[in-house]
Amino acid sequence: MTTLTKQPDPGLSAGESRKTRKRKPAATFRGVGDLKVALLFIAPALIGFVLFYLVPTIRGIYLSFTEYSILGDPDWIGTKNYEQIAKDPLFWNALGVTTEYVVINIVLQTVLALGLALLMHRVAKSTIVRGALLLPYLMANVIAALLWFWMLDYQIGIVNQIIEWLGLPRVAFFGSEEWAIPTQALINTWRHMGYTALLIFAGLQAIPNNVYEAASIDGSKGFSTFWRITLPLLRPVLVLVLVVTVIGSFQVFDTVAVTTQGGPVNATRVLQYYIYQRAFAEQDFGYGSALAVILFLILAIVAFIQMKFLRGNQSDLD
Amino acid sequence: MKKKALGAVAAAAVAAIALSACGSGGGSSADSGKGEISYWLWDANQLPAYQQCADDFHKANPDITVKITQTGWDDYWGKITNGMASGTAPDVFTDHLSKYPDFIKTKQLVPLDDAVTNDKIDLTQYNPGLADLWVGQDGKRYGLPKDWDTVALFYNKKMASDAGITPEQMASLSWNPQDGGTYEKAIAHLTVDKNGKRGDEPGFDKNNVAVYGLGLPGSDAENAGQTQWSFLSATTGWTTTDKTPWGSHFNYDDKRLQDTIAWWASLAQKGYMPKLETTVGANAADSFGAGKAAINSNGDWMIGQYTSYKGVDVGIAPTPTGVDGKNASMTNGLADSIWAGTKKKDASIKWVEYLASSKCQDVVASKGVVFPAIKTASDKAAAAFKAKGIDVTPFTEHVKNGTTFLLPITDNAAKVSGIMKPAMDAVIAGKAPASSLTAANDQVNALFSK
Repeated sequence: MTTLTKQPDPGLSAGESRKTRKRKPAATFRGVGDLKVALLFIAPALIGFVLFYLVPTIRGIYLSFTEYSILGDPDWIGTKNYEQIAKDPLFWNALGVTTEYVVINIVLQTVLALGLALLMHRVAKSTIVRGALLLPYLMANVIAALLWFWMLDYQIGIVNQIIEWLGLPRVAFFGSEEWAIPTQALINTWRHMGYTALLIFAGLQAIPNNVYEAASIDGSKGFSTFWRITLPLLRPVLVLVLVVTVIGSFQVFDTVAVTTQGGPVNATRVLQYYIYQRAFAEQDFGYGSALAVILFLILAIVAFIQMKFLRGNQSDLD
Repeated sequence: MKKKALGAVAAAAVAAIALSACGSGGGSSADSGKGEISYWLWDANQLPAYQQCADDFHKANPDITVKITQTGWDDYWGKITNGMASGTAPDVFTDHLSKYPDFIKTKQLVPLDDAVTNDKIDLTQYNPGLADLWVGQDGKRYGLPKDWDTVALFYNKKMASDAGITPEQMASLSWNPQDGGTYEKAIAHLTVDKNGKRGDEPGFDKNNVAVYGLGLPGSDAENAGQTQWSFLSATTGWTTTDKTPWGSHFNYDDKRLQDTIAWWASLAQKGYMPKLETTVGANAADSFGAGKAAINSNGDWMIGQYTSYKGVDVGIAPTPTGVDGKNASMTNGLADSIWAGTKKKDASIKWVEYLASSKCQDVVASKGVVFPAIKTASDKAAAAFKAKGIDVTPFTEHVKNGTTFLLPITDNAAKVSGIMKPAMDAVIAGKAPASSLTAANDQVNALFSK
């Protein structure tokens, strides 16, 4: 990508740019020709984008101002859905529950992934060990959720069997309101940790060795090098990883759907599940769309704040 | 991968919208009476019986083929609704009382009145009341009855005899919401802790229970307590809604209901019933099969499962007599309905009429899995159960004695259960008092005042 964009830069090859200046009309012609070819190449992505992202998004925003039961036509009701959401205790509950999930999931996942990435970078150079870290990620989300659902089961789960052998009381991992969200956050941390570590590991490899050499000549060691060299130079990658994982984390759905389905009481009624419940179970697609639009706005704001304040689009390497 | 969830939801919604235009159509064309029609049901146990009905039907009508699809209950209704929106719903499907009001409201079902008149369907051949359940608020008929169900107590015979409780005692339990009557006494006595102490003995450790007197599948709010508490609350004179069918006011704020629920929840606090939090992911029937509970209340469609556990001798007892001196059971009847978007309307009507005839219902009866709607077929089913060594009188006597009451049929069923389930869960989990149901009831009633 970088080589392509850098080619027309006149500063790089003066001779090249002088030639093109002479053939100005031809260049314009070539530009139009490029456009056609370019469109051809862009088309698959563009059609996909318009068909599967742009149109549904606009349609979703439109539906959020309607009352719509899928069977029948949408009725325009203005901002009534949004007014109701503001007063809906289940929405605020969902927001709280989702935030709790995201905080537990992201903090643990990022810290553990960073640790794993450092180990991969410095210690575990074997491909097998590095590959093994990725294994949980290769499992489908639903399978991972169901597997842990059984292993953590109150009556027949192996984990509770072990807890009992240790002389401790059994834990209702999915059944108690206190445990349900942390349990699911941990399951998804376990599943995504290796993948996140891989992304961070790629970032670590991009840091040139001479920076470390310079630091060690200056007498920097261990933690100090990590804190002053590795972390600042890793920042753009970390920000990207955070943006992607936070967005993903906010949209937790499948784990909840195959295990607790919003319960016990409302302890795991996360936003995505609540949207699904209102739209698909209760046939209230207008209200569900309004909830989805709010989730979209939340994610946009969160991503914006992360990019803005962590300067994710700038690197300290340049 | 989580990100895909929203994309998939959006894509599904768009697909549904794009296709909804072609959803309606059908009517009587030349081909409407022949070809292949699709038929959906959710109960895998009944699939063999209905497959045979379909084969017999094809023999009698060689130009019509019925393709049966079985989908589990959890996905069934979503698939039907999405199919209706996208024009791919089945021509004929097994319909449920709690679901069909929404389908009528959105004009998704074919009225069967003309067919009933033209083909002279005898509506008196069905058990009383079953046919009328399928008449909507508009006075039109949207389904022909196929079966019915009631509730009884499944109990572990060995545990009962070890506890010195005879089958006769099990069959004559009584209940009241204050002290639970002999029903609670039996449950307490059947509860055994890890040291072998029974629930009604001094020194019983309620935190280390080996066998619970009563199993708990969940708070059962989404089915209005069909199998778990409605057979108790009904004996207090309480009804779920102001009228049935087509009620528009719920009564979960009534003291009689709240007392019943409070009593039921108290069993978990006393250690006679598992705590709700321990039942997430567990299957109550399997726990019973594993010897972790002595009594389970459940519907007749579960007879096959309860009698199939190896090494467990299962007895069936009627629900306890209650406050009014009688026992009670909720009854629910299924029917077959035709989707309004069908292109094979005439063939579909023929198939629905066949399903509702004694030809098919006798076949279903002979398999001994459910009770068909036709009276004579019901008796044949009872005989088929008897041949397997199962006495189903506790289920059938409710119909004979007229001690049944209906599953509430109302609009907004999905929204009502969306509100009531968390509220009921909180009460059963001991997190909220039974009086908190009043607030949920207000929310439910607000749905109907719009």
